[in-house]
Amino acid sequence: MSTQKEKQEPALQQLVRETHPRRKFLSYSLIAAGGLGLLASCKKDDDPTPAGNEVNLGTDDIGILNYAYALEQLEAAFYTKVSESSIAGMTGMEMSLLADIRDHEIAHREFLKNALGSNAIKGLTVDFSSIDFTKRDTVLATAKAFEDLGVSAYNGAGKLIQSADYLLFAGKIVSVEARHAAFIRDLIMNGSFADSSVVDANGLDKSRTPMEVLTIAAPYIQDKINFSGLPQ
Amino acid sequence: MNFLHIINEISDSDPEFLNRIDTRRSAMRGFLGMSKKITMATLPVFAGTLFQKAYGRTNDTVVEILNYALTLEHLEAGFYQKANEAADSLIPGEAAKGAIKTIGDHETAHVKLLEDVIRSMSGTPIAAPVFDFTAGGIFNDVFSNYVTFLAVAQAFEDTGVRAYKGRAGELVKGGDLLEAALNIHSVEARHAAHIRYMRRNANHAADIKPWITGKDSGIGAVVQPVYDGEDNSKQAGIEITTINGLVISKDAATEAFDEPLTKEQVLAIVGPFIVS
Repeated sequence: MSTQKEKQEPALQQLVRETHPRRKFLSYSLIAAGGLGLLASCKKDDDPTPAGNEVNLGTDDIGILNYAYALEQLEAAFYTKVSESSIAGMTGMEMSLLADIRDHEIAHREFLKNALGSNAIKGLTVDFSSIDFTKRDTVLATAKAFEDLGVSAYNGAGKLIQSADYLLFAGKIVSVEARHAAFIRDLIMNGSFADSSVVDANGLDKSRTPMEVLTIAAPYIQDKINFSGLPQ
Repeated sequence: MNFLHIINEISDSDPEFLNRIDTRRSAMRGFLGMSKKITMATLPVFAGTLFQKAYGRTNDTVVEILNYALTLEHLEAGFYQKANEAADSLIPGEAAKGAIKTIGDHETAHVKLLEDVIRSMSGTPIAAPVFDFTAGGIFNDVFSNYVTFLAVAQAFEDTGVRAYKGRAGELVKGGDLLEAALNIHSVEARHAAHIRYMRRNANHAADIKPWITGKDSGIGAVVQPVYDGEDNSKQAGIEITTINGLVISKDAATEAFDEPLTKEQVLAIVGPFIVS
């Protein structure tokens, strides 16, 4: 059995390239940097505020929980913004279920914060300036990218977790993220819930390493995240 | 299945690993150094021995877990195979037919993958049981009534999600093997979400969501054991509805976390579908 780590264009980069041509260069510059060091240069041109302080996720299981906490903060902030937005073409049913997802992500975020206690990283500052929250297609495309990213992040982090209890909590969350991903995909194109862009010929979903995930997420987080202590 | 990769990972993440298997220490060093010369025919047994010594988890235990998963995948693969054979009369519309075909293909792939892994560990993959998808007549029209078919499909998918979760802890620090199990697990959750969405759109269950609300099945008491325990709103002793001074609805608190099922619970659920 192989782990099917095919080199594919990361979802958010692909999304950004397709929907926001202006950010194409920024996206690839991040990839080329192989990390998050260039984050500050990727901020909006008209925003002079320097990047926030570096956030260190920590080591071992604490580091993995903080990694999950960072991603859940990003998702919760995104869906909170979605729920506050007037989105052309989005139905009442769709907005209602997107509000459900917001609440799920808030529950995940708060659970992880609580579990981490004094080891929790600070609340992150997000940057959604590249996302047009008035358009259904851009909101759903971004949601799809975040959800698929979250699924691959938990799938990749599982084997880095030392505690069986923490592994179970990751499992309880990841399947809900996969439900979100499937639903959002179906809203974009019915039947794309598990298409070949996320599930391979062995019937396996994707996994991503923390570096892959945080590189993809970086354009949406103002703080520089130091994940060097995470288990590899 | 790359066992060498697992061993390397354990060695890297746990510096005491090689010491704990000290009687094998020199052999282990040689093994790691000569990895490319070791054939797959001899590797699995040796790797199994390492697991036994290091974590009290024997090759047999891992094979048992994999055969448990394989049994569920046989159930799902067999179920969708029958449905796809009956698709012209059972499943309305090309979109729905395509979705069931996609799901069936994944389940068949999971069967093959698990069989390959079990064989690579010198285990014997469990043969496909003889199934009765009517569960002794409870679902008599499962392959002729679309409502019944989707209800059983939903129950199978949600059971699968809970079943993988219930045994993942036994594979903790299991490297690529654990990763593969997780990669199957999230695909089952995607399936479950889509089947639930199909049922909503077809008005089989108007209010059902892609996620599980409380312990509601949206089907009826006959499948209740699939959903019992999903109404849990406490995680690690923390009440989610009031966590950190926030107010989160009970529905959202239960939807946000999928719950595991034990092996015994799962076998009780699927038992009526297995003839022999």
